[in-house]
Amino acid sequence: MYEILLKKDLNPAITLMEVSAPRLAASAKPGQFLIVRADENGERIPLTVCDYNKERGTVTIVTQKVGASSKKICDLEQGESFQDVSGPLGRPSDFIAESDEELRNKRFIFIAGGLGTAPVYPQAKYLHERGAKVDIIIGAKSADLLILEEEMSRVCDNLYICTDDGSKGMKGLVTEKLSQLCEAGEKYDQAVSIGPMIMMKFVTLTAKKYDLPLVVSLNTLMVDGTGMCGACRVTVGGKVRFACVEGPEFDAYQVDFDEAMRRQMMYKSQEVEADHKCKIRH
Amino acid sequence: MANKIDRVPVREQDPKVRATNFDEVCYGYNEQEAMLEASRCLNCRKPGCMLACPVSVKIPAFVEKVAAGDFEGAGKIIAMDSSLPAICGRVCSQESQCEGSCILGVKGQPVAIGKLERFVADWSTENGISYSEREAPNGKKVAVVGSGPAGLACASDLAKWGYDVTIFESLHKPGGVLQYGIPEFRLPKDKVVGVEIAKLKELGIKIETNVIIGRTITIEQLMQEEGFSAVFVGSGAGLPKFMNIPGESLNGVFSANEFLTRNNLMKAYSQESDTPIYAGHKAVVVGGGNVAMDAARTALRLGAEVTVVYRRTEKELPARAEEVHHAKEEGIIFKMLTNPVEILGDEKGWVRAIRCQEMELGEPDASGRRSPVAKEGALLDIETDVVIMSLGTSPNPLIAGTTPGLEVDRRGCIVATAEGETSKEYVYAGGDAVTGAATVILAMGAGRKAAKAIDEKLKG
Repeated sequence: MYEILLKKDLNPAITLMEVSAPRLAASAKPGQFLIVRADENGERIPLTVCDYNKERGTVTIVTQKVGASSKKICDLEQGESFQDVSGPLGRPSDFIAESDEELRNKRFIFIAGGLGTAPVYPQAKYLHERGAKVDIIIGAKSADLLILEEEMSRVCDNLYICTDDGSKGMKGLVTEKLSQLCEAGEKYDQAVSIGPMIMMKFVTLTAKKYDLPLVVSLNTLMVDGTGMCGACRVTVGGKVRFACVEGPEFDAYQVDFDEAMRRQMMYKSQEVEADHKCKIRH
Repeated sequence: MANKIDRVPVREQDPKVRATNFDEVCYGYNEQEAMLEASRCLNCRKPGCMLACPVSVKIPAFVEKVAAGDFEGAGKIIAMDSSLPAICGRVCSQESQCEGSCILGVKGQPVAIGKLERFVADWSTENGISYSEREAPNGKKVAVVGSGPAGLACASDLAKWGYDVTIFESLHKPGGVLQYGIPEFRLPKDKVVGVEIAKLKELGIKIETNVIIGRTITIEQLMQEEGFSAVFVGSGAGLPKFMNIPGESLNGVFSANEFLTRNNLMKAYSQESDTPIYAGHKAVVVGGGNVAMDAARTALRLGAEVTVVYRRTEKELPARAEEVHHAKEEGIIFKMLTNPVEILGDEKGWVRAIRCQEMELGEPDASGRRSPVAKEGALLDIETDVVIMSLGTSPNPLIAGTTPGLEVDRRGCIVATAEGETSKEYVYAGGDAVTGAATVILAMGAGRKAAKAIDEKLKG
């Protein structure tokens, strides 16, 4: 079960894996996520579904080395297996309820940053295949940290690259590119932003200026991913919502990003100390 | 006379020692102790104990066998009515069920029925004795959703009767609340839960973990595409409740479910586990049930000074008497008639205190019970780093929302008869998914009743 059929390092920090998970592949939809455990002692790590192939019975995930647990995932080799892969979890993107006819007349813009580029892919692909017009902005620190550029270019009409250092595409932030497009008179029916919480917060502020309907996908802390633990609580429109079952996508204008960022950091001090942890008093 | 013997005390880990580890608190009886305790039973002609047992275990009969030293005979008698005795002997609320109805309890101490049940179950495991016999396979497939007490009990009976049973579990380990909810120090995972599950696998039951019914696959698909003739839903009551008071989103506020799942399922207490947990220097647990006691005693073992706040008095604490007793021995502070109204944070958004309203007992209400009312102006701030909300749970809407024709009530509980029949033909349900949060033994009983109903239906 859960064998890694293909492993590809997209850059020194980010790894793509195609994993055998037939039941999951058969039911996954754009916008959903899954949970993996690298080994018997592994944490349950939520990852967005980057692609799925019903025929091959596989799902594709993309992981970035940030802490001990994500490093453990990235260190698994092709031919090895995950201990667990479970899902799909969360609600699919709202647009899957729309008919192909409706989608054909719509224009979407995706604003992706860093690892958030991965979950944008299945959404853009789904829409592009159904005839919707799709533009994508991808942001990265530098050219060597860009991921899935080629794949993305195949599922959209216009692909815009922004790098902090100008090593590829426009030198600047994704928010500046979004402003540029809107100022130039480009019109979109729907915007979707996926990336670091801080980026999504600023994309929200930018989109607001142009009255652009915007959805964000929240990568909160989670344990079970099925609504049991409440670690993923976010305040949306003044109400407490569980990102795992009521999200992960929400109307960006309703999200309390500052609280979400603070809650995301809950266990950060422990992650740093992961090498010399002492959990029980003596 | 037999009843002149005092109840045989059960050996336990010293409270000071056990407050720093996750090993089982209670050691249980040895053979001599069990026989002596069993000899206290009067073998009443009308056994109140048996009537008070939700699954009607033939208590006097098995206790008599224990007294005679025939432990295998005792095991056979228990197995007729209970499929998880090692678990029930440890977590059932005996004082309000079997032992609460024991005639010896009127003037003295009741027979330690729970400890005897546990002894028989553990003895059977240690001696490799299994009481289950399997009928020839009948070729009919039944799906069981959830591997908690209801699902395990239902699957076990159906497998014995020759059904081809597959259990679908959403988490990565089977056991449901036995795995994620009840801590190791009360219910050892490898020694007890793992053993019970291994026994089910010996019966031919298949367990598919990481399958979330309603997301990975639906009940309709199981019946239409995978050939299951009937489905039993024992998905439990997994959604945590919060108080909806200000400050609940601060860092350091957890549901008991999150706290316990990190510790029990993910083994965050162990050095080997990658899963983090935070109990703070001081922790406040809100609530008075078994889950609250489990959370409090877990936080204590992780190094926190723990206070339990509860809005009624100690008499109304819904937790088992033994858990409250153990918690106190271990040094948990109990603040009764105390009701949180707000959680206060520091400048970084972490919990610093919990503000509580002091309560007092008011006039008796219609039911004759004096309910707590706020004491005018009496607010109390308790300094703390962590707040663990243990206010009960409600059923997960995932299955109901993805199964057309499955009726739920306004609380989200699946509507089912006492036999487990739902509004949808060939779909049965039982346990917390139907009743809302209740007990292991009630869920087990519901699972067994549904198994019987499924058998009757499929035999046609």
